[in-house]
Amino acid sequence: MPEREQKKKPAPKEREAEAAEVEAPPKQGEKIKEELDDLLDEIDSVLEENAEEFVRNYVQKGGE
Amino acid sequence: MAVPKVCGIETEYGVALRGAADANPVLASSMLINGYVEHRKIGWDFDDESPGRDARGFARDGAAPPEVETHLVNTVLTNGARYYVDHAHPEYSTPECADALELVCADKAGERVLSRSMKAARRLLPAGQEIVVYKNNSDGKGNSYGCHENYLVDRSLPFASLVRHLLPWFVTRQIFTGAGKVGAENGANAVDFQISQRADFFEEEVGLETTLKRPIVNTRDEPHADPQKYRRLHVIAGDANLCEVATFLKVGTTAIVLALIEDDFVDKDLSVVGPVAAIRVVSHDPTCRATIELAEGGTCTAVELQYEFLRLARKYADETGLEACGGETVGGMILDRWETVLGALERDPAALEGQLDWVTKLELLRAYVERDGISWDDPKLSLLDLQYHDIRPERSLYEKLVRAGKVERLVDEDDVVEAMTEPPGSTRAFFRGRCLARWADAIVAANWDSLILDVGSDPLRRIPMMEPLRGSRAHVEALFEECTTPAELVARLAS
Repeated sequence: MPEREQKKKPAPKEREAEAAEVEAPPKQGEKIKEELDDLLDEIDSVLEENAEEFVRNYVQKGGE
Repeated sequence: MAVPKVCGIETEYGVALRGAADANPVLASSMLINGYVEHRKIGWDFDDESPGRDARGFARDGAAPPEVETHLVNTVLTNGARYYVDHAHPEYSTPECADALELVCADKAGERVLSRSMKAARRLLPAGQEIVVYKNNSDGKGNSYGCHENYLVDRSLPFASLVRHLLPWFVTRQIFTGAGKVGAENGANAVDFQISQRADFFEEEVGLETTLKRPIVNTRDEPHADPQKYRRLHVIAGDANLCEVATFLKVGTTAIVLALIEDDFVDKDLSVVGPVAAIRVVSHDPTCRATIELAEGGTCTAVELQYEFLRLARKYADETGLEACGGETVGGMILDRWETVLGALERDPAALEGQLDWVTKLELLRAYVERDGISWDDPKLSLLDLQYHDIRPERSLYEKLVRAGKVERLVDEDDVVEAMTEPPGSTRAFFRGRCLARWADAIVAANWDSLILDVGSDPLRRIPMMEPLRGSRAHVEALFEECTTPAELVARLAS
């Protein structure tokens, strides 16, 4: 019984540390998301204009 | 018994003439090559070409061997590569390399040659027209073109042994060689995204064809070397890769597997039931959890079967060493990377972004799906799929990812640029490339296994090059320093 209580309720200090840990990843996550958005924007700028038409017009002769 | 795994990659590139009403891909391909070549083009010597000869020991009637088109543009470069038009595609065949790392560099140099060819062709075209080249294997409409590998193999190894072990090898190695593709083709079941560009196109287990009813194991028997000693295994069951790690593993692991087959190290039956169906099953599951049936009973995933090959490879490395597979250093790199890649494919394939083309592409596509809220049949995803392989440096999505620091490179760009004009020092490509660099005007014709020189007096002299490892820098560099004319070279070689 005492063991179970210990697991259910960590000491207040530990709980604060846990809370701090939960906050950190979103900031890192935001940076990653920002970098990815920048990359997609860059790719948007060089992507062929009309996707449907371009893909439809790309036809190759069968090779080996 | 294992002969040194001299290897090469030949790539048919997709080609599009933009801005022209009537685009002829043969003409466009010719323009690329003509544009690139600064010196007099060397005519390819076709005498020894025999694409219709089958490794199983007969010339089959009724089977349709590929045709050798002799009137199309065809040239040898000073790096020992062959650059030519094949079936309406520009094709670049790397010089012979002695190990997987050397081949990664040579293959990447081929991309740079195509890139420079596009620039050169632009000068020959009217304003508003442009030839664009793609290093991929399909147009998404049922037309496929190949990226083939070649490996030197011991002729005394029965071809049937090769077939038996290579079928499960090619079915499963896709998990790291695949370049990724949106959708399915050639009658295969619909899928949002699959691992390999080529998987849907394989319809037979073994055979000679390359353009239809494609076989997983190709039986072409044109060794381009001493036919008593050597076989050239011609592999058509691979994707064209941009990621250097993928190319490195594709070639490096296959070389080791071939060597261990030659040295009789396969200690159990790894055959799968119905390889043609299995190759699609594996490709169609990007989670890498799909199972295939084993001939000896039971099922396993492609990763699990690959672990079996890795186990054999490590045993082979311990007991025999990897001298035949490019040496211990490169061989060790191959084994270690193979192992970490298999581990990641088991736990979380996304971790291999930047190493494997299909994963790198899939992560990019997923990012677009999430940002734009589009579905998998949106043409934007097919466009991204195709433009990943665009060889124009400013338009290539692969190159964008490299510049964003998202892709792992194994070779220095300086070495790649050098490999555009310099042959590998390790094989007969060195002799071929050096002769061409020094005496282009004297070379009447060239083939993989010979050169024909005009020494200034009749007759023309034919220099046979039947040993792929003879003619390396170590063998002939001094010769080139001492000889100032082709006549001297021929005289020295004759003595």
